[in-house]
Amino acid sequence: MTQPALAITQLTKIYDDGFEALKCIDLEVAPGDFFALLGPNGAGKSTTIGIICSLVRKTAGSVTIFGHDIDKDFSAAKQFVGVVPQDFNFNQFEKPLDILINQAGYYGIHRVEAERRAEKYLKQLGLWDKRDIASRTLSGGMKRRLMIARALIHEPKLLVLDEPTAGVDIELRRSMWSFLKEINAQGTTIILTTHYLEEAESLCRNVAIIDQGQIVKNTSIRELLTQLNKETFVLDSRDEVLQCPVVDGYVLSQVDGHSIEVVVEKSQSINELFAALTAQGIYIVSMRNKANRLEELFLDLVEQNLQEKANG
Amino acid sequence: MDNGQKWIAFSTIVRREINRFMRIWPQTLVPPVITIVLYFVIFGKLIGSRIGEMSNLPYIQFVAPGLIMMSVITNSYSNVVSSFYGSKFQRNIEELLVSPTPNWIILLGYMVGGMSRGLGVGAMVTLLSLYFADFSLHSVPVTIGIVLMTSLMFSLAGLINAIFANSFDDISIIPTFVLTPLIYLGGVFYSIDLLGDFWGSVSLINPILYMVNAFRYGMVGITDINIVWSFIMVGIFSIVMFSVALHLLEKGSRLRS
Repeated sequence: MTQPALAITQLTKIYDDGFEALKCIDLEVAPGDFFALLGPNGAGKSTTIGIICSLVRKTAGSVTIFGHDIDKDFSAAKQFVGVVPQDFNFNQFEKPLDILINQAGYYGIHRVEAERRAEKYLKQLGLWDKRDIASRTLSGGMKRRLMIARALIHEPKLLVLDEPTAGVDIELRRSMWSFLKEINAQGTTIILTTHYLEEAESLCRNVAIIDQGQIVKNTSIRELLTQLNKETFVLDSRDEVLQCPVVDGYVLSQVDGHSIEVVVEKSQSINELFAALTAQGIYIVSMRNKANRLEELFLDLVEQNLQEKANG
Repeated sequence: MDNGQKWIAFSTIVRREINRFMRIWPQTLVPPVITIVLYFVIFGKLIGSRIGEMSNLPYIQFVAPGLIMMSVITNSYSNVVSSFYGSKFQRNIEELLVSPTPNWIILLGYMVGGMSRGLGVGAMVTLLSLYFADFSLHSVPVTIGIVLMTSLMFSLAGLINAIFANSFDDISIIPTFVLTPLIYLGGVFYSIDLLGDFWGSVSLINPILYMVNAFRYGMVGITDINIVWSFIMVGIFSIVMFSVALHLLEKGSRLRS
């Protein structure tokens, strides 16, 4: 039987100040998956990642990585995981090449092999030219890529990324996405936390949403999106719209002189809406989602969870 | 991790530690050497020539072993405390904590890194001291044995300080308010015979007294205290420090939340 890449059972974390960050969560990630762990700030995402990579001590429960328990078989378990944390945590005075070679050494990789891999990953991530400068002089995007290279130096089977594209410009974010897709296609299981839900929708196959220390949803992205009951679109008209149009069954509001916002229920047809608007002399030239589809769902689920908590 | 991988992890930490203090040599290697040269010039030559003899030795020969030991102690300690706390502060200690490197290898790596600087500076100071005084080693095994054990012990002490430290102030409090007074009162500059019975007995609780005297015995053949007892004391302290440091790393104190 194939071992899950990650199996979390009844995981609980209570910090010294009594804050219960994780409340008996269960989670399983299949080998080869591209998995999103989503949640609002303080939901427990980073605590979960911290426990997986042993920077946070769990209060109860178990974590296994490719069948290796992080307590009983920590050496083997750690060999399988690479972590890209949220904050920069490398020695800012060391050179990128040294950072990678040292990291390989901590995993028992021989120096010759470490140098080969360091060259490979620094080249793949566009940092080879910067290999011999102090890493504090790298730009924010370069520092993020350096952390990805460092996490990959021991070629882990499970790569955990905690908001890897935070503060990264769109062009670089896209190039990081294609790099991550590539290594996932080569067989590396990836777990990603992100605040950019477009990122999760674009990259991940499965998702868990965590809120207030509990998993509130654990399913595939496709399945999750089918639960979306309504979408909000912004329609741009060719000509100026002087007054917000009225169409039976649809809720429309005017954004500005050329844009209208409309909420379309799952049961409604967008063709009918266009026909009604055309009949009123409004010609739509483009349309877009007001928010990312996953974002709408995410907000609904978090709101729902909050209400359930409030109702006891 | 098999033994070969553990050796690679250990040598990586040691190499990184040595590279660190070599990279910043104007901060790590030059100042201690200048300080000790000043001690030699002022206490050894200028004042020492007026003091005359101490324990039947010219004063400069009497203080030289203590000054060498002082540089070994302070440099072993400060290398580990600043390197480990710096790693905690920048959070790059996490690079090691997420890796499969066992805690005892991490401990040994930092310890040997600290010893490298302590012994390196000690060797430079010893060479310089030859300009000021003549030596012929009285006992090579005692000299080497005690200097190695002292450097080891203070490297471990530096690591324990770094684990508990929450700020850069915390890594200077112990060297300033504990280590320096203990060194100055540890028989570097005087024989405890000068102190009289009471203060002489009080001095016996200072572990540095044993190290300085054992080292002085190794170099010039005189000591205020029993050499065997010195080795036992330093050995016990080293084992206790190693156990405490390892326990703190295993527990993840102030390192893992």
